[in-house]
Amino acid sequence: MELKEKSFGEGISCIVMNINDNVVTLLRSVKSGEELTTTIEDKIITITAKENVGFGHKLALKKIEKGEIISKYGESIGVATASIEKGEHVHVHNLVGIRGRGDL
Amino acid sequence: MIKIKGYRRPNGKVGIRNHLLLLPTVVCANQVVNRIQQQVPGSVAIPHQHGCSQVGEDKERTHKVLVGMGKNPNVGAVLVVSLGCEVMNAEQIRDEIIAETGKPVIWIDIQDEGGSVNTIKKGTEITKELSQRIQSIPHEDVSLSELIVGVKCGGSDATSGLCSNPVLGRTSDMIIKQGGSIVMGETTEIIGAEHILAKKAVNEHVKNKLYDSISQFEKEIERMGVDMRGGNPSPGNIEGGLSSIEEKSLGCISKAGTAPLQGVVDYASEIPGKGFYFMDSPGNDIECVSGMAAAGIQLVCFTTGRGTPTGNPIVPVIKISGNEIMAKRMADNIDVDTSPVLQGKESIQQAGERILNEIVNIASGQQTKAEILGHQEFSISRIGISL
Repeated sequence: MELKEKSFGEGISCIVMNINDNVVTLLRSVKSGEELTTTIEDKIITITAKENVGFGHKLALKKIEKGEIISKYGESIGVATASIEKGEHVHVHNLVGIRGRGDL
Repeated sequence: MIKIKGYRRPNGKVGIRNHLLLLPTVVCANQVVNRIQQQVPGSVAIPHQHGCSQVGEDKERTHKVLVGMGKNPNVGAVLVVSLGCEVMNAEQIRDEIIAETGKPVIWIDIQDEGGSVNTIKKGTEITKELSQRIQSIPHEDVSLSELIVGVKCGGSDATSGLCSNPVLGRTSDMIIKQGGSIVMGETTEIIGAEHILAKKAVNEHVKNKLYDSISQFEKEIERMGVDMRGGNPSPGNIEGGLSSIEEKSLGCISKAGTAPLQGVVDYASEIPGKGFYFMDSPGNDIECVSGMAAAGIQLVCFTTGRGTPTGNPIVPVIKISGNEIMAKRMADNIDVDTSPVLQGKESIQQAGERILNEIVNIASGQQTKAEILGHQEFSISRIGISL
């Protein structure tokens, strides 16, 4: 959860908040096919965007199965409602929250 | 020890503003209060929709907020204006503010005075006199440790959790190190992150109170039979990249820093000690900030990624962004832009120090963007029906 100073490098395109996360957050809008590189705990991660996705939104860092927990900040932010390929946009169309669900 | 400028009240508390507050006890007195405010520049009015047809805890809460606004150390004197037949007890409101603060508080009643015109005339004369009285209160050097700072986020986007909230968290740590206090609200916006906050609780009682406040909100959502997504996170939060309440909450909580959680207080309740406190409140920006003002905090640091103009009638609200594009587009609303951190041009520590400098300047008298533009949003959180 603690944000490390080194998390941010000049001109980086995306950020992984925790080593256990399966999503990456975009620091700028990206085009389909664009290759992005970032680091987490000195591990270099490369990912190819599968679609055009806007600033602040998330891409899958690896293949996420339907029903699998989606993690950011090293914590659950919900579950996948469909199978999500690496590099695909992860948002309200394929992620649901588990909490605050009076509809269930 | 960092110094700021403040006004010491008869009860020893320190304000960073010297407001003359015009307080309607009921919606019916709003127009009279607004007219008086127009006659006496420098006075502030808090028109609201409540004060009648209320019972039980709901009535108590409105009473508590109105008294709390009067008690806030940023207020030097109060004019209470009632209609005369409402549920709120104006005399009690006046007496409680006087008893707990020793400030000058005067009460007038529209039915007693014989209508709007007479009340506006009398209220204007009283307000003019009160204004002269509070001018003589010295603006003196005080310690930053006198400050209780509210931390709030609103109109969040992905940059809130990545940048502006962690930076504000660093500032929160600095304020607590200086002997000041931090209050975080927004019970709905810790849903999904409460286990992290609970670990900071100083004892089991505080931990249980935190979990209880969340469970109350979740039960209400269950009763309504809805998914809270769409209400919170809001459509704007979702457009900004936040996909669930859990994601939003996990980004939210970093703004309080790393200090232990000393206690959980009810909406608009006074902060009982020093350090980091949580106030049970809705995530709604205006209701939360109003509850903080009524709890006696003197300043709010408010992060936003989508951009919001939020201010408060008696409490300066410093607007902090982590979104460079919005900070430029809405420059007239944003006081501090922390986006250089996201661009790798500044460290979290450096940006946190920039916010602290802004706090010192604002606390010492410099106006926030919201104050310059006259943003005075005020709204009381309700928990019952109108009868």
